[in-house]
Amino acid sequence: MRHWLLIVALLAAPVWADSDLPSARWANEQLPDPRQEAAASKLMEELRCLVCQGQSIADSNAELAGDMRAMVRQRIAAGEKPEEVRAWLIERYGEWVSYRPPIEPLTWPLWIAPLLMLAAGALLLRKRLSGRR
Amino acid sequence: MSRAIRFVPLAILLLFVAIVAWRLAIPDDTKIRSRMTGQPVPAFALAPATHGVQGLSSPDLATGQPHLVNVFASWCVPCIAEAPLLMELKRNGVAIDAVAVRDKPADVAEFLGRHGNPFQRIGSDPESMVQIALGSSGVPESFIVDGKGIIRYQHMGPIESGDIPALLREWEKAR
Repeated sequence: MRHWLLIVALLAAPVWADSDLPSARWANEQLPDPRQEAAASKLMEELRCLVCQGQSIADSNAELAGDMRAMVRQRIAAGEKPEEVRAWLIERYGEWVSYRPPIEPLTWPLWIAPLLMLAAGALLLRKRLSGRR
Repeated sequence: MSRAIRFVPLAILLLFVAIVAWRLAIPDDTKIRSRMTGQPVPAFALAPATHGVQGLSSPDLATGQPHLVNVFASWCVPCIAEAPLLMELKRNGVAIDAVAVRDKPADVAEFLGRHGNPFQRIGSDPESMVQIALGSSGVPESFIVDGKGIIRYQHMGPIESGDIPALLREWEKAR
């Protein structure tokens, strides 16, 4: 019985996992300085939500995403560079949290693959076109 | 076109189906572990989460003795399931502090009244700032911090009875 209850509690968690507190002030309010707001929203689109994985924190309605937006805006307003904020989050959650993979040996295939595919396509096209003549 | 090449699309499709079937059978672990394990607790200072308790700040976690820091919330259902197990850890001599995420003093007081209070200190984290600084991605989560204030272990999700031995082992290691 207790186990069953626990399983129900775990399944119910995502539905219930919302607090009574309103969103943080800067979660949904733009910064007064348009340049800072632009930098912050560009970064928010490239940060991954920890709750609804696969969404950016800019798109997510999760409370934690709202708090992360507030944190990004506050840090940018305090004069931090977007890359510093990104690095701070990566220190905590790993590269996973960023939608912009760094260029390093592990991610080379990721960056090179589209170029290789384009080249292969161009080669194929050339073969076809020259074969027709 | 050679004959063999005709089967390449089929082979690709089969490979694709095989990969999909594999991931459906063995789902990926979607937990995002904190990279702060092995790092000092980030500096913070939180006000008391309710009346009659002490707040929590990072120096409180570097006292020479280890601490278990429970990230919880009164609105979190699995935290209720976890509450009796925190009591059991406390009976086993584990010093437990807490960070109450996005919580109201009255709600915290009600939660403690109903499910018991295993905590020495409870800090209020109304905008999840300490939660994010710890690299925690949800409630409940628990961190074991050693006497020097270094994070040694992270437990994600509610503590279940089967997790107690591992937590006590990590606790001993942090002493």
